Order: sequence, then C-alpha cells, then structure tokens
Amino acid sequence: MAERSFAREVQDLRLGEGDTFRGEGILAVTKALLQSGVSYVGGYQGSPISHLMDVLDDAKDVLDELGVHFESSASEAAAAAMLSASVLYPIRGAVTWKSTAGTNVASDALANLASGGVIGGAVIIIGEDYGEGSSIMQERTHAFAMKSQMWLLDPRPNLTSIVDTVESAFELSEASNTPVMLEMRVRTCHVHGQFIAKDNRKPTYTLREAVENPRRDLSRIVLPPSVYLHESEKLEQRWPAAIAYIRDRKLNEFFGPEQGDVGIILQGGLYNTVLRALQYLGLADIYGESRVPLYCLNVTYPLLDDEVAAFCIGKRAVLVVEEGQPEYIEQALNTILRRRDIATKIGGKGLLPMGGEYTAQVVTTGIEAFLEAHSPALLGNHLPVPTAAAVLAHPQVAALRDEVPQRPAGFCIGCPERPIFAAMKLVEQELGLHHISADIGCHLFSILPPFNIGATTMGYGLGPASASAFNVKADKRPISIMGDGGFWHNGLATSVGNAVFNKQDGVILVVDNFYSAATGGQDILSSRAWNMGRKTNNSIVNAVKGIGVNWVRQIDRTYDVGKMRDTLREALTTTDSGPKVIVASSECMLNKQRREKPLFAKAVKSGQRMVKQRFGVDEDICTGDHACIRLSGCPSLSLKQTSDPLKDDPVAAIDNNCVGCGNCGDVADAAVLCPSFYRADIIHNPSRWDLLLNRLRKSVIGYLQRRRDRRTLAFA
Amino acid sequence: MSVAIGDITASRRELSTDRPLSLAILAMGGQGGAVLADWIVALAEANGYFAQATSVPGVAQRTGATIYYVEMVPARDGVHPVLSLMPMPGDVDIVLAAEFMEAGRAILRGLVTPDRTTFIASTHRALAVVEKEKPGDGRANSGAVIDASDVSAKRIVAFDMEEIAQRCGTMISASMFGALAGADVLPFSQQAFEAVIGSGGRGAQQSLNAFRIALDTTRNDVATAVETTAAAPAILPANTGYPQLDSILQRLRDEFPEAAQAMLFAGSRRLLAYQDHRYVHDYLDRVGFFAAINRQRPGDTPELTIAAAKHIANAMAFDDVINVASLKTTSARFDRTRREQSVADDQLIYTTEFMHPRGEEMTGTLPRALGAVIERRPRLMQALDRLVNRGRRIQTGSITGFLLLYLLAGLRRFRRGTLRYARETAHLERWLAFARHCVAIDYAFAVEVLNCRRLVKGYSDTHARGQSKFDRVIAAAGLIVGRPGSVLWLQNLKTAALADEKGDALEGALRTLASAYDGVSGKR
Repeated sequence: MAERSFAREVQDLRLGEGDTFRGEGILAVTKALLQSGVSYVGGYQGSPISHLMDVLDDAKDVLDELGVHFESSASEAAAAAMLSASVLYPIRGAVTWKSTAGTNVASDALANLASGGVIGGAVIIIGEDYGEGSSIMQERTHAFAMKSQMWLLDPRPNLTSIVDTVESAFELSEASNTPVMLEMRVRTCHVHGQFIAKDNRKPTYTLREAVENPRRDLSRIVLPPSVYLHESEKLEQRWPAAIAYIRDRKLNEFFGPEQGDVGIILQGGLYNTVLRALQYLGLADIYGESRVPLYCLNVTYPLLDDEVAAFCIGKRAVLVVEEGQPEYIEQALNTILRRRDIATKIGGKGLLPMGGEYTAQVVTTGIEAFLEAHSPALLGNHLPVPTAAAVLAHPQVAALRDEVPQRPAGFCIGCPERPIFAAMKLVEQELGLHHISADIGCHLFSILPPFNIGATTMGYGLGPASASAFNVKADKRPISIMGDGGFWHNGLATSVGNAVFNKQDGVILVVDNFYSAATGGQDILSSRAWNMGRKTNNSIVNAVKGIGVNWVRQIDRTYDVGKMRDTLREALTTTDSGPKVIVASSECMLNKQRREKPLFAKAVKSGQRMVKQRFGVDEDICTGDHACIRLSGCPSLSLKQTSDPLKDDPVAAIDNNCVGCGNCGDVADAAVLCPSFYRADIIHNPSRWDLLLNRLRKSVIGYLQRRRDRRTLAFA
Repeated sequence: MSVAIGDITASRRELSTDRPLSLAILAMGGQGGAVLADWIVALAEANGYFAQATSVPGVAQRTGATIYYVEMVPARDGVHPVLSLMPMPGDVDIVLAAEFMEAGRAILRGLVTPDRTTFIASTHRALAVVEKEKPGDGRANSGAVIDASDVSAKRIVAFDMEEIAQRCGTMISASMFGALAGADVLPFSQQAFEAVIGSGGRGAQQSLNAFRIALDTTRNDVATAVETTAAAPAILPANTGYPQLDSILQRLRDEFPEAAQAMLFAGSRRLLAYQDHRYVHDYLDRVGFFAAINRQRPGDTPELTIAAAKHIANAMAFDDVINVASLKTTSARFDRTRREQSVADDQLIYTTEFMHPRGEEMTGTLPRALGAVIERRPRLMQALDRLVNRGRRIQTGSITGFLLLYLLAGLRRFRRGTLRYARETAHLERWLAFARHCVAIDYAFAVEVLNCRRLVKGYSDTHARGQSKFDRVIAAAGLIVGRPGSVLWLQNLKTAALADEKGDALEGALRTLASAYDGVSGKR
C-alpha cells in the first residue's frame, strides 16, 4: 500500500476512445500501456516512476478485466528478467524503474535479453533521474542502449507525444526484435497535461496460452555458438529493421522552415525548452512555430544516418542540444558527417555546458552564442532575453546569499529512524567514531546534520557488502546500515550472505520501517500489513538466521533509545564472532499516520474515549543550548524566542505537528540532557471515572499550589 | 491560422506574441505544494485556460526544499501550446513561497524580478536543521529577505499564512491560495477559486475558511510585519503594597540607571521566584558595583549595568533539582501546557516529566559538608550514582507525582546550605571579581566579560561543556585584557564557543588568538 491512494487515478485508466485524460505524465504512460495491449507489467518503484507502479497496484480490477498481469518486482533485475516472456511468445510486456540506478541493477538481464532478441514488444519505461531534484549519480541511460543495442526513445514532453511513443515503442520492438527503452525525464514524469484517450486493448495472445503451449528455441539462448549469431543478427537484421521502421513511421520530427543556414538537432525531451529559448530570441512562438529548422530526435538511439545527413547538407552549421555527458549524439554526428565528407560545422558541448540539467536559461545562452557565431542575421534584433542578473547583483540580494540556509531532505516528523541514529550518536560518544557504510533509502539522511553519520553508499542493499574489506583484526568493528527495502532487493544474499560466508566480524544494522519508504511507502516482503495481492509478513530475522547469522537482535520499538544504544554497544563489544545483525523495527510514521489519523478522528467523533500523546518543552526550564536538536533534527522540534529578556538565545519548542513518537523524551533520558521535555496525554471524551479522578487530583494539587502561592512573594 | 503540433510545416506565419502566465511555488516537502499546484491547474482549466504544471519533488518530499511550476494560456481550439517545464529567471509572473527562507531562495534563484513578479510569501519560519542545531542563536535573519524582496519584487504580499492555516485547522496551501486570489493577479473570480476548493470533501470547509481570511488579509493589505527582535522587557510596576517587594522596587528606582531598570526588574522577579526577597537584595548588591561605574559615565547607555543585571541573574538562578521541581509544579505552568497543547474544555491533559537525575544532582542538593564528603569517596559516589542514575518519568498530574516534586521544590529554604549553592556562588564571585578588575582597565571589555556568561547553559554534560567553554574564554580574557583589539577578540571567542557543541570552533579561535598576540607582543 503506497503512502497515498490512487483510487481517482485508477478511474482514469478506464477512459475510452475520445475521452480527455488529464493528469500526470507517468500516469499517461500507464494508460498508454493498456491502450497498447500490454500483457504484463513489472518494475521497481523509485522517483520519478513510482506512481506508475502505485496506480497499477491499486488497479487490480482494471487489470483483471484486461487480463494484464502486474508484479511489484523484487528488484530491477527481476523486472528486466520478466521481459524474457517476450523472447519466445508474441506477448507485449513493459517494465519500469528509476535510471541509471535501476538500469545498473538490471544490466545483467537486459544484456541477455538484448542478445537473444524478442518477438513480443518489450518496453522499458526509464525514469531518467538527472538534474534538479535527482537523488542519484548523474549518468546517462544512453550508454546502456549503446552497449547492449537497445533502442532509446526520448519523446517530446507532452502527453500526446508520450502516449503515441509508447505505442510506437512496442511496434518498433516487434519490428526489430529488440527491447526498447522509453526515457522520461523527472519533470516530464510529473508534468500535468492532457491527451485524447483510446480504448484499452486486451492482449491478443495471452500469458496463459503461452504457458500452456511452451516453446523452445535453442538459437535464442545466450550461449555459444548462438551468441555469435545474435551479434550478427543485431548488426545485419535488427539494426536495419529499426532504421526502416523509424524512418517510415517518421518517429523523428522536423519543425520550422525546410531550408536554412543553420539548424538545431535536439533530443525530443528537450523540445519545449529549446522552443522556449528560441522564443526568447524572437525566433519561435508558444504555438510551435519556429524560424530555425529543428530536427527533433524522438529516437536518440539509433541515429538515422541518412536523415541526419540530409538535415545537415546545405547548412553552414548545426547545433546539437544534448543533455548529459559524454556527448554520444554529437560524437556520432561527427562520425556521420566525416564519413560522408559533409562540411557542416557542428556546435554542441562548448556552446552548451558539458554536464548538468539543460534549463531554459542554459539553452537560451547556448543557442544565442551559436547563432551569433553562425547566423547573426537570423538573430537580428529581438527583445532582451529575460534575466535576473541585475537583481542578483544588487547588494541587498547578494547579502541574502549567506543568510538562506540549505534545506536538504530529512527524516519526517516522528520518523522511527531518528532514534536509531540518536542512539548511534550516543554510542559514538562512548566508544569513539566508527567506519560506517551507509546504503540507499530514507536512512541515508543520517549523513546530513544533525547526525552526520555514514561514510559511503555503494548501492541498494550493498551497505554491509561495502564494509567487506574491513574484515581484519582491529579494535573497532565496522558498522553497516541497510534498510528493509535494500535488504530484500539485494542485501540478503549480497550483503548478509556474503558476511556470513566470509566470517565478517562487523555490525549490520537493518532499518525495518515496514515499507519501501523512500520511494513512496510500497509494500515489500517484510511489510506488516495484510496485502490482498502479495504475501507479506516474512520475517527479516528468520531470513537472516536462515542464511546463517548466529548473533541476531530484534528491536521492536526503535523509539526506545536506551535499548537501541545498549544493543549497539553490545554488538560492537561482544566477543562473539561472525556478523552481528540488529533488526530495528518500527513503522514509517508517514504511513502510520495515514492509517491511524482518520481512525482516531472517527473514534473521537463517535464519542469514544481516546488518548492523544504529544510532546512539549517547558520554556522556562529550557536554557536554549539545543543539545536535544543535535540528537533529533525533527521538523516539529524547533526554536522560539521567549519574552524573557534574561534569555539571549531562543529556546526549544515543539509545534502542533508533533505526533508524539516519544523520541524527544527518550533522547532526553538516554543522553541525560535536561528535564524540559514533557509528554502530554490528552484525553478526548473522558469517561466519568476520568472526570471524577481529575476532580480529585485537581482539588489536592490546586490546594497545594495555592498554599505555596500564599507563602511566597512574587511580582504579579 | 494555427499550426497543430507535429505538423511538419514550412509555412511562414507571423510569430504569435502570446506569452503564458507563469507561476512558481516554493515549498518544503509535506507543506502541500503539490495540492496548491493542482488547485491552480484546476482553476485555470475550469476557466478556459490551457495549463501545465510540473515539479521535481523526488526525495525532497521528505521535508526538503522543492519547487512547483505552472504555466497557463487561454485555450484555443485544436492548438496545444508548447509550454516550459521550468521557470526562467527573470520571467516569472507570480512566485508563491510557503516559508520565508524559501522566499529568500526564490529571490536567489532569480525568480523574483521587479519588472514582472508578484511575490506572495508567508512570513513564518520553519527552521532548517543547520539553524537550530547551533548552541547559540543560529537562526537566519528574516530581515535580509525583506531587504532583498524590497528591491526584487514588483509587488509583495507577505504575511503569516501558516498561522491562518493552523487557526483554521488546514494546510498552508489553502491560505496561500487565498492570498493568490486576493492579489488579483490571475484573471479568475473569487467564486472560481472557491469552486476549486469545493465544499463537500474532507476538510473543505476549513480550507475555505483559511482561503477567505487570507484573501481578506491580502485585499485589505493588513499584512503583518515580520518580527525580528525580541519583545521589549516589561516596565517597572507601581508599588505592590507588600513592603518587601516595594523595597526592591524602591532600590531599582533609586540606585540604578533608568535604562537598566527593566532588565533588573526581570532579574529580580526571576530570583524572587527562585529563592526569596533577600536573595534579590544580594543580587542588587552585586549589580550595584557596575551601576556605580555607569553613574560615573552619564550620557552613556548603561551597557555594563544591563549586562550585569542579565547575567548575574542567570548565574544566581542556576538550574538545580529544586528549581526544576518548582517550575514543573506551578499553576502557571499547568495553564501553559493546556494552552500549548490546545486542550479543549471538555478534554483532560496529564503531563509526564522526563527526569534523569545523576549522583551529582543528589550530592549537590545535600548540605555542603555532607555532599562534599560523599563526593570525595569515589566508591560511595559510584554507589549513589547507581542508585539514582536512571530515567524517571513523573506524572505531575497525579497526586503522588505532584507531591514528590512539590516536596522537592520545598527544599528551597535549605538551598543556601547546599553544596551546589556553594560551588555556584564561588564560581560566580570569581567571575565577578575578574569583571571588576577589567572595568578599571577597559570598560567595553568588561561588558563583554559579563556577556560571556551566555555560554553557560543546559544541564548535566551540556552544562559541564558550557561551563568549561566559559572558563576557557575567561582564562583567555585574562591574558588579553588591556591589549589593543581585545574587545573584538573576546566577542569572536564567544561567537566561536556558540558555533558548535564540542568546542572545535572555540579551540581554533583560541589558537588564532594565541598566534595573533604572539605576533604583536612577541611573548605572552
């Protein structure tokens, strides 16, 4: 169950011929898959494609009607391997993941798939997590397309183009017996737009038919001598077939005048940005009219040599607008023109930056420089390009630069991972700094203030594996961290199994929050919720024991900072050999609140006695040293200026968003901080007994308070 | 003539000069920035516009800063305009910032420019971790955002939209939507805005309320100023009718410069609640020395007296078990917790205190000689620590819990005899003696010596760390008093000491200081 409901979006999947779909780019893709007669869909969640998975996970009815099989794959490798159903059967399948992180994991299966080829359309929806908002290494999926010879589509970022491209992708895959990758940038995945829907299509050949009528073809198996056959097929059959299909179906597009001194070759995904840049230079408008010839590569791999050459011939120069590095398209373009001895000059990297997201600003600057060099007359006179340079240079704005703080992502209010790292901090104070290998997931926020814990991150489920080299005699043990998501993705075998087999002596901390939380709270094997379509509730502890770990500790409430600290200390100091595994379990607070908040409100409304817990800080006891914040960083625990003139510094304060997780109190206790924190138990709909007891307590306490007030002098 | 998308055309129609209305939203994960963007898109689409919105939330959904971007143009049949997926600096019509430093970030990204941008910002602050983790005051200066928006925005709508949202029980997206409607920058009516919020859904009424309040606030231009300074101290009250209190007020008026009286009154009030009226007279005696110096410098602001009044009060009201127990049990505190937790009349509240006394707190509360005897015997001390050193959760609202703290608070009358009192007083006197010594050499330096007391705060380990920083700074002060530039150096040391917990910055500053003064004098 994801952290939000997709019930409304599921309805959009039922839209029929002529209906207008309004929504997010990635959901348009989801609908397009159903319109294309897809038989099976798999994938691994992650920004920016999580919503594709989430909506299908909620869409069981729609999928059942169409006979579409959907799986939440255990990893991108599992998803890619799933595409092998299209190797021998005329079945369309699609998988999705975040790239390049996911493509790295999937590479093994993809290379095998691409070698033997497919007969059913096999499409990989790639969420290209590059540029602003990215959470991974900055690389290009383009390299994977080239190395395994898969086609790479990069449609213009409007819903109609995207949806059309999904259908073309299946056809191209089938026409060329090659898996096809469809790349969607982050902003495109999240773009809100519209397209005219078509009816969904049931697959013509079903999975059931396939599994009941098995086929076998030795020549499709990746083993010599077939592998040599595959390579020549790739070069002699599949490549030409793809070129023919792309050319005949005009998958690449031309805009603007047919003739011109100069032209621009661009990736389809950058079309809107290039058009906006031209608009700023007085050479285009918002309805798509351009004064510069544009060659829009909706297919960025392979390039169509003839098309490229034809576009360049007769032009003094062309500019390649290609995001990311290395500049594969520009290099290929140079090769094409050089082989044909075409003298057209090529501008690209150099005029445009080598790396980084191609924003409107960057592209405008690049195109302007290109036109100034090669066609100044075309540039002519135009209104000044919008700029904030003058504002940014103003001293009053420049002064702001030192003032605005960084605000990276962090643990949410009440996050169960916060107390784990608070405990690690306390152990660090006792036993000194340790080498800590981090992993992928929300827990990686530990590397940021206030915790500043974690030295490296090597991949999903690879935290403990990345501490392997430190398996030597030493006075300190390495610590490695891995989430439950990473554990099931890859970590059980690659990290824990590896540690057992190699008799590693380190400490492995598995952060178990019941979901793949960072990607949107999807269920995984060890999720505690009952899930109709999946088997959940598989214990991490049992898995770890089963693989051969002897020293295992389960912590059922991570908020118990003292216990967390003691367990960590024990793991670091015990004389037992072999990996020490601590499984720290508490539910992701975002998901827990989503589940419990409405229930609580409903119970209160119906008159039930309910107790809500929250935390607070006594402002006259807090001295403003902020030690508690250095062990928390909770968004709800902040500062406020008191009216007390004796206090120079702001005191800690807890706002109304507190969910009463208990971390503040436990940390104050375990770290022996201060007595400022209090927990408030607020009783809604108190019972008669509550009220009676309260009256009694109040009368005694009130008497004592009045007695003291009488005996002491005070300024009113 | 229109050209449909995908049409391969060589026609040379005139370029249209239409430009989309552009709008950027800067928010933090969890604030409902996506909801606001969705509302704006729905509003545009329902009123004859073609709208496109996009964002790059990613992991920023987990409390990080993120940005949403919307463009809209009047819809034309059969034509899909080509809209941008990201804001262009210098080309944004409306910027909405859901927090004041995010407003600052919008300016720094070049999204706010004087020729076009209506800048709608909530003035409330959600502090970033780097701001709140500093032992001192690490908060960014909201004034800098005001200064910058004054020169960057075409028009500013700034008030606390978070407060309105909270008051109405909804998210800030609702009040920001109201501010957007009130600013009259979108070509849609108030009814059109309200229709988007709807009426039937869960929380719709609350959202509508917040929307309307924010709209009125914007229309009537009653935007509130940002508070950047602390509230001024209370003015001296008239006589109270209690002779002991009046004698204190009398002394304040007679013996101290008027500009320092408010601070002295705050100190007196604190110490009266902390101990008794005799303790207040001790306090006034201590501050009196510094007030006398100020009397010799008429015309000056009595900085020395004010610093002494503030920091001697803080030093004398050191945080011991008795004080904590007393503060936890006052009726004012019971009222405050009720207010802070917004407890309704038909609800009950009980508080649980998180206490963790150590052996030191016990011996500190014992009579001086007895406490010292125990502390001199490590084995006995260890045994005591083992006995008491653990977390204790005390229910102040229950009779037994309250009684325990009440009795502890009652130990106040023995405080002057405790070990902790003796220690704190000795420490205080050493510091004051040094400050008096400094006054004779360098007045401004003496003020800073008094202000160094700000370093001592917190409880247990934190307190020990603070005190050790304080002691190191004061020791360094002893070496540089009277030298050129010493005031600035002492201020630097204090700032460094408040910059981090462990004192790394202070250590560095002390090293720099040593080399600087070696360079000047050749020896120390």
